[in-house]
Amino acid sequence: MQNLAIIRGERLLFQGLNLSVRAGEAVALTGANGSGKTSLLRAIAGLILPHAGNMKFEGPAGALEPEDARSQGVHLLGHQDGFKATRTAWEELLFQVLWTGGTEASARAASAQLDLDRLAGLEVRKLSAGQRRRLALARLVASPRSLWLLDEPMAPLDTARRAVFGDLMAEHLAGGGMIIAAVHDALPIAARAFDLSSLVGLTQ
Amino acid sequence: MSGFWVMLRREMAMAWGRGGGPLLALTFFVATATLLPLAVGASPARLAAVAPGSAWLALALASLLSLERLFERDYEDGTLDLLALGPVPLEAVAFAKGLAQWLTNGAPLALAAPVVAVALGAELRLVPLIFISALIGGLGLAFTGGIGAALSLGSKRGGVLIAVLVLPLFAPPVIFGAGAIEAFAGGLDWHPALGLLSAYGLAAAALGPFAMAAACRNALS
Amino acid sequence: MFQALANPQRFMDFSRWAAPLVGIIAVILIAIGLWLTFTVPEDYQQGDTVRMMFIHVPAAYMAMFCYACLGGASFMGLVFRHSLADAAGRACAPLGAGFTFLALVTGSLWGRPMWGTWWVWDARMTSVLVLFLLYIGYMALQAAIDDEVKAARAASILALVGLINLPIIKFSVDWWNTLHQPASVFRAGGPTMPPAYLWPLAIMAIGYMALFGSLWMVRVRSEVWRKRANGLALQAAG
Repeated sequence: MQNLAIIRGERLLFQGLNLSVRAGEAVALTGANGSGKTSLLRAIAGLILPHAGNMKFEGPAGALEPEDARSQGVHLLGHQDGFKATRTAWEELLFQVLWTGGTEASARAASAQLDLDRLAGLEVRKLSAGQRRRLALARLVASPRSLWLLDEPMAPLDTARRAVFGDLMAEHLAGGGMIIAAVHDALPIAARAFDLSSLVGLTQ
Repeated sequence: MSGFWVMLRREMAMAWGRGGGPLLALTFFVATATLLPLAVGASPARLAAVAPGSAWLALALASLLSLERLFERDYEDGTLDLLALGPVPLEAVAFAKGLAQWLTNGAPLALAAPVVAVALGAELRLVPLIFISALIGGLGLAFTGGIGAALSLGSKRGGVLIAVLVLPLFAPPVIFGAGAIEAFAGGLDWHPALGLLSAYGLAAAALGPFAMAAACRNALS
Repeated sequence: MFQALANPQRFMDFSRWAAPLVGIIAVILIAIGLWLTFTVPEDYQQGDTVRMMFIHVPAAYMAMFCYACLGGASFMGLVFRHSLADAAGRACAPLGAGFTFLALVTGSLWGRPMWGTWWVWDARMTSVLVLFLLYIGYMALQAAIDDEVKAARAASILALVGLINLPIIKFSVDWWNTLHQPASVFRAGGPTMPPAYLWPLAIMAIGYMALFGSLWMVRVRSEVWRKRANGLALQAAG
């Protein structure tokens, strides 16, 4: 990303942002609330159009079209889980995994890995926040995509589960993946810190 | 392409699963039609004259009902973010949603339409045409309504707003649909009207998804 | 010309003198038009009521012209993401709705002596009514979304959808009208328009257009100022 600037509503959140992430790297975005962490993640995912600057995606074979990169290579995990309350956990996980390019087999494997099998038949509205977050993380594990954009991913998880998630993140990085995570606390893995509040934001 | 079918299957499963599926729209349809004789008096001649048209009007209104949930729920719980990052473009997602809306909402209403029309005094020989016009018209209603549903994402007063946006655009299908039945009842040629209705429905299905996707992207940004 | 005006500052400079000038032209033309309206000879068929035509027909024409402008501004706003285009659209809608409302009211008043009722559902009046509803929908959508930029874009999409649908709606209403044998049909001035009527009609039409142009520029200016004021307020708030 070069010289990125994002405007939300009437406010210029930040400008002049330069950041690049390579395979196997993790970046921890920090900054006060409202400094634009969520907006930056959504801009990388292509949901928000930046006011200025450009973004480039590169695959093993060379430059990628942003559309292709995003529809095949990016996972976005925001504050919300994207689950329908009245469907069962397994149904929702299966849909999300199939939708993002995984298979039923990989969904089962991820479910087992994140200790979700006993929850499979329950309706999503019966799950706790931590369980829902693990269900959401299962999608990341089951569908292989290189870039993980995480927005405060571990907030509802307890320490034990955070460690498990840390292992999963390490596995992802080891396999050549990239992680950009917006966090308030430290990530359980080694990551480069990037502070958004250092970039001056003006109002227009 | 398989992404499209996954999406379509899910939409249809959800439409039947949530809140009794089309039952709500069907009940609304019947309730609205019930108000007609209460409003204009039960004289059979008067009712029969307006029966096909009123059935069509009630059909249009009932089609509005489940539009609010077409995109709103996905938008609110974050699913729309996920849908935007999937294997198929948002236009295809919108097309799948519109199609599911037609199949799970429009088709049952089309089945109920002749029943309601006959109850209001329409002749039995009109029944096949009422069903067909309601079914074909439902396609246009679903996709035009879907545009309204997508545009009002993130707004206050979703349901009423969708109605305000969409009812003027319902004029052509209502005119052609009810017109076909009137023509048939009057012994005139009903083919042109049905043809125009089909053309409208196909055009709405072809072009609507683009407007819906643009509106979704705007809401997500 | 649009490229040149697209720059907000240049537009502001241009409209500072253009808006009052066009406004004065509008007032002069409409005054002349109204004077002609009342001095023109009566129609042999419709008598005095034909004078309403000179107010109604240009208003109906403007109703559609404004919607075309709305569509144009919406297209620019969507494709070029230009805030001035968004402002132009937002400014245009109430003016268009106003002309449409004028057309509806004067149409009703014009037709009353002939129809015997205050309203008749013929092709033209019904189309104008639907157009009015489209304007209302546009304004309602903009008002219902809090984020201004998103509201403008959503409304732009709606305007384009409406623009594409407008010929379809007109066609369907015309078709419906022929199916149902209307109660009465009124034509502007009869099968052929006497030349004495052409001048007032044309003058009123151009006068309305000038009025629209002037008011539009004024409204867009106030939009630009409002945005600047908002920006300053946000800045002051830190």
